[in-house]
Amino acid sequence: MRREHLLLGLLAAALLALPLALDRYQTSVLVLVFLSAYVGQAWNVMMGFAGLLSLGHALYVGLGAYVSAALFVHFGVSPLIGLLAAVAVCVGVAMAIGALSFQFRIEGVYFALLTIAFAEVARIGFDHLKWTGGAGGLFLPVAGSDGQWWNLRGGPLFFYYVALAMAAAAFALCAALRRSKLGYQWLAVREDAEAARAVGIDVTRARMSAVVVSAAMSALGGVVHVFYYNNVFSAQIFDMTRSIDIMLAPIIGGIGTLFGPILGAFILVPLGEGLIFATQALGVNAPGAKAVFFGLALMIIIFLAPNGIWPSLRKRLGIGEAKP
Amino acid sequence: MSLLKVDGVTKRFRGLVAVDTVSLDVEKGAIFAVIGPNGAGKTTLFNLIAGVYACDGGAIHFDGARIDGLAPDAVCAFGLARTFQIVRPFPGLTVHENVAIGALLRQADPQAAFAAAEEVLRKLDLWDRRAQVASSLTLPDRKRLEVARALATKPKLLLLDEVMAGLRPTETDRMVEILRMINRDEGVTIVLIEHVMRAVMALADQVHVLNHGASIAEGSPREVTRHPQVIASYLGAEALG
Repeated sequence: MRREHLLLGLLAAALLALPLALDRYQTSVLVLVFLSAYVGQAWNVMMGFAGLLSLGHALYVGLGAYVSAALFVHFGVSPLIGLLAAVAVCVGVAMAIGALSFQFRIEGVYFALLTIAFAEVARIGFDHLKWTGGAGGLFLPVAGSDGQWWNLRGGPLFFYYVALAMAAAAFALCAALRRSKLGYQWLAVREDAEAARAVGIDVTRARMSAVVVSAAMSALGGVVHVFYYNNVFSAQIFDMTRSIDIMLAPIIGGIGTLFGPILGAFILVPLGEGLIFATQALGVNAPGAKAVFFGLALMIIIFLAPNGIWPSLRKRLGIGEAKP
Repeated sequence: MSLLKVDGVTKRFRGLVAVDTVSLDVEKGAIFAVIGPNGAGKTTLFNLIAGVYACDGGAIHFDGARIDGLAPDAVCAFGLARTFQIVRPFPGLTVHENVAIGALLRQADPQAAFAAAEEVLRKLDLWDRRAQVASSLTLPDRKRLEVARALATKPKLLLLDEVMAGLRPTETDRMVEILRMINRDEGVTIVLIEHVMRAVMALADQVHVLNHGASIAEGSPREVTRHPQVIASYLGAEALG
């Protein structure tokens, strides 16, 4: 067995047993870590693999959350079925955005701007949509549903394993994609689209498939997000800061790598939580402190490891992940 | 039998006529050179054939099918692969990955593509460099990588845009050997744009000369280099030097 497989197995065993040693709060922090790793992995499919910068990835998470929550609240549809609708909506929107941009050759920075625009449209749109509670937000009924796992009702421990399974599945999926024909086509398109065309790759199709895969994965992230928090507000879920949060973990961990989003999430989420504690303990009320601190952390990490932490860590550990 | 037939093709950029009713007829199995001074429209002609630009007039047939108007990836799938004058490897990927991506056009399975790439890399003396990232290669290696990646798509015809440019004479001779081998052993028809006359004379069966977007001569290397208009516009006093 190769060294990385052994390490991966040890990591999995540790994470499965870990809740035994954690209190409720610590467990809930790890739920956020896994969800962040999961959505970061989805974002990484577009940016890290296919070279498409999405600055509005909160769009898909938010749509997934709203679609599944609205179906549950209004029709009592289980999120296990609602997620199919959520994925379908997100894939539809992703294909519309993809068709629009690739048709008109909107690339690079302009594509990134377009993704922001769509997230903003969703934010404002859901603010005014009465059916989903408008600006007041949408709340899931909590009472009397304990233990209904098929309705994704449960406490931090339940969501710990749900989110862990999702993060693990996303990792496995991305690892498989990375080694597939499509994965190599994505890398080629990312590296040089014109050269990719010259070796027979349908660049538009490759890009479209990356957008679709990423959007579908993100939709599921949104579903679990809303059933974990039991509420969703358009002003928060579609916000630009949310999109930035999604990107930070893979950027800090290492864009285009499989472990980057996971490592980044393990660093950033506890850091953010610790910061909340620190500011509370110091008695300062500075709502922007987290952003400033993250900004500084990002600058330091980019200065020390411009390709992210994972690539340099990997070299030190002597583990060979397939090169991005 | 003609494999590639370019029929009165024209391309205009605003006011400038970059390619003016040019016709070529490339026989199957031939090595065909396109020469001419800078700005003569050689690369534009390649881009028309490869599908990068749409023609403003004329038609292009390849292996019995009309290919003008097709996208570059569709043209490549037809069996017509090209290299870029300014090399465009996938810079962050390894040499092996670069070539395997070319092989993926005919191989759905990545493992088989890597195996096919190995064969091509050995042929082009790049096997020792397989684990290197393409951006770290020297120019001669990059030029060969460009050919290797195109060759991995299993083309019937290779369009080579100045693969000798920037090479030293010994490296040029090596490239000439490689191209000859590809042509002879694999039956790949080659159309090349070249300024290095030494390579053109060594390789080409047929030479086509462009000047200001128009054809001024075609024939064997010997005939063309004696053509007065070719000497006046391109070869000049240093002809055949």
